[in-house]
Amino acid sequence: MTLALFLQHLANGISLGSLYALVAIGYTMVYGILRLINFAHGNIFTAGAYLAFVGVALLQLSWGAAYVMAIVLTAALGVLVERVAYKPLRDAPRISVLISAIAVSFLLENLMVIIFGGRPKSFFRPPVFDQVMDIGSVKVPTVTFAIIAASAVLVIALSYMLYRTKPGLAMRALSSDFDTARLMAIDVDKTVALTFVVGSSLAAVGGILWAIKFPQVNPFMGGLPGLKAFVAAVLGGIGNVQGATIGGLMLGLAEVLLVAVFPAFSGYRDAIAFVALILILLWKPTGILGQEGRVKV
Amino acid sequence: MRKSLLMLLLVFVFASSLIVGCGGGQKSEPSEKPQEESGEKSESAALPDEVRIGVWEPLTGSLAAGGAQKLEGDKLANEMRPTVLGKPVRLVVVDNKSDKVEAANSMARLIEQEKVVAVLGCYGSSLAIAGINVSEKAKIPVLPDASSPLVTQGRQYVTRTNYQDPFAGKVMAKYAVGTLQAKTAAIIQDVAQDYSIGLASYFRNAFQELTKDPNSIVAVVSYNTGDQDFTAQLNFVKSKNPDVIFVPGYYGDGALLAKQAREMGIKQPLLGGDAWEAPELIEVGGKDAEGLTFCSHFAREAATSEKARKFVEAYESKYGKPVNAYSAIAFDNYNLLLDCIEKVGSLDTEAINRELRSTKNWEGVTGVITIDETGNPIKPAPILRVENGEFHYVCTVTP
Repeated sequence: MTLALFLQHLANGISLGSLYALVAIGYTMVYGILRLINFAHGNIFTAGAYLAFVGVALLQLSWGAAYVMAIVLTAALGVLVERVAYKPLRDAPRISVLISAIAVSFLLENLMVIIFGGRPKSFFRPPVFDQVMDIGSVKVPTVTFAIIAASAVLVIALSYMLYRTKPGLAMRALSSDFDTARLMAIDVDKTVALTFVVGSSLAAVGGILWAIKFPQVNPFMGGLPGLKAFVAAVLGGIGNVQGATIGGLMLGLAEVLLVAVFPAFSGYRDAIAFVALILILLWKPTGILGQEGRVKV
Repeated sequence: MRKSLLMLLLVFVFASSLIVGCGGGQKSEPSEKPQEESGEKSESAALPDEVRIGVWEPLTGSLAAGGAQKLEGDKLANEMRPTVLGKPVRLVVVDNKSDKVEAANSMARLIEQEKVVAVLGCYGSSLAIAGINVSEKAKIPVLPDASSPLVTQGRQYVTRTNYQDPFAGKVMAKYAVGTLQAKTAAIIQDVAQDYSIGLASYFRNAFQELTKDPNSIVAVVSYNTGDQDFTAQLNFVKSKNPDVIFVPGYYGDGALLAKQAREMGIKQPLLGGDAWEAPELIEVGGKDAEGLTFCSHFAREAATSEKARKFVEAYESKYGKPVNAYSAIAFDNYNLLLDCIEKVGSLDTEAINRELRSTKNWEGVTGVITIDETGNPIKPAPILRVENGEFHYVCTVTP
């Protein structure tokens, strides 16, 4: 493999991995606080892309305004899902909430089929993101830079929020001990809602960037990226934001490099994520950056 | 945690057994049902109030555009010819959701609950194979347009009016070597689709034969249905520098792949199979769809018969857009089925099937059709190319 070829693969892998990371953060935050695998997260991702599509194609907004609208509405959708489907079950066994999450996932998916139809729709790609830059002999579409930049900025902003602000502190407190945090006068409902706002907005950003990179939207587009982001979250250590970022990048690179090094196995590209999931659960269930579970006395 | 996982598993098992239970619920013999239903002993026993025909297509999911085109053809045909044997024809439309499990379930539903006489559809070989396993046991005639040889292989109740993949593979290899003067080719296939794997291997054999060079296929790489990122595969193909790239997948993948290929500076011609024909190829592909070339089943410009012209006119005035091959096939399948029902004079599925399988020189809009002993026709293939955002007829390749 020549250097140029390797660098091209590297660029492709990082671009894909950053998108997985954005979605994985949403999974990991909700898990960290509610110990819930939010199966509807992949559909929230799809909803983000569709809302941007509606803004540009139907409401004739400029793409920037459409994206902001999509992110805000997706965040609202995330909170709505939490209020309707998870909050009433907060004291129920964890398995009930999990099943509720699966139900929400099916509901959202089928709603989108009914509203938008099952056929893929072309997604408008702003001219800025429609260019290809030549760096040496490596071709990098401008959307790749946007993806990497957006992911980096958002991850840094999120870390700042978690470690330097009061709401972030409240989230971390809830994550380490839900019941004790409640006793310490932390507004649980507000903090959980905020978690869904942040997670869903990141999913919306991921969905929009995904739709710019692969310019089409369809109601099932969130399925596979959602699952892979979930794997990335587990890989990095579920409940850990930095872990989700690392997990996402690793998964993106692993997928691309598998095809690069073993082209004959390219059909197994999607299997990588799931093989990785099995291996990590067997050998290090807490993930790369996950903490060992403390036994509460 | 282990306990909760077990519970989750139980929930899934329970849910899936419910689905299977619905599908296989009523166990009555479908072919005998019309007699029982009419109630009166024997006189008018054969004819119910309406003739129920199943339309079984992927209307949502990754193959939805194909199913939608078929449905347009079925509906148009039904509108233009709403009765058979003096009874109204009722199209029972079901969506198999581009999903192999759902394909088998929905076929069972059509046969056992909806009591259809015959089934039109479907698009997508993997789906068709899954559903035909069900219809074959129930001895219900099916008219698919899926093009894999496995769809009809060893089947007694399947008839199709479109050519098969081995021929399509040969046509595209002939076009690549003859017209484009290609000496080497790369293949990017969808390993989750029987259609794609089959077509890839037929193209490969034909290409190697035509170039007389066993090493002329320089790369074969794969992806899976639902994948949207093809950059890794394309990057590998690019490093092998083939003269042409053959992509025997469906329209959605074709559009995204073309876009990523052009972005990566791959300038070689991209060739595909008949499943590229869908408006989405152009809508999603945009300017990068220009030059995509594939074989089709019907070309507007090449349709010269009276019947075909009437069909094109009716289609375009009803739907307000250019006609496509899948609607044409659906139109032919509907009319062929109704002709056979008329000939038989009853809804005896065995007799209708015999009539379908012995079709000779039947004139449809996609050409004159003669069904051979395997249930397949022998027909030429028009080649289409995307130019200025439209499908344009290039030439016709004969078997």
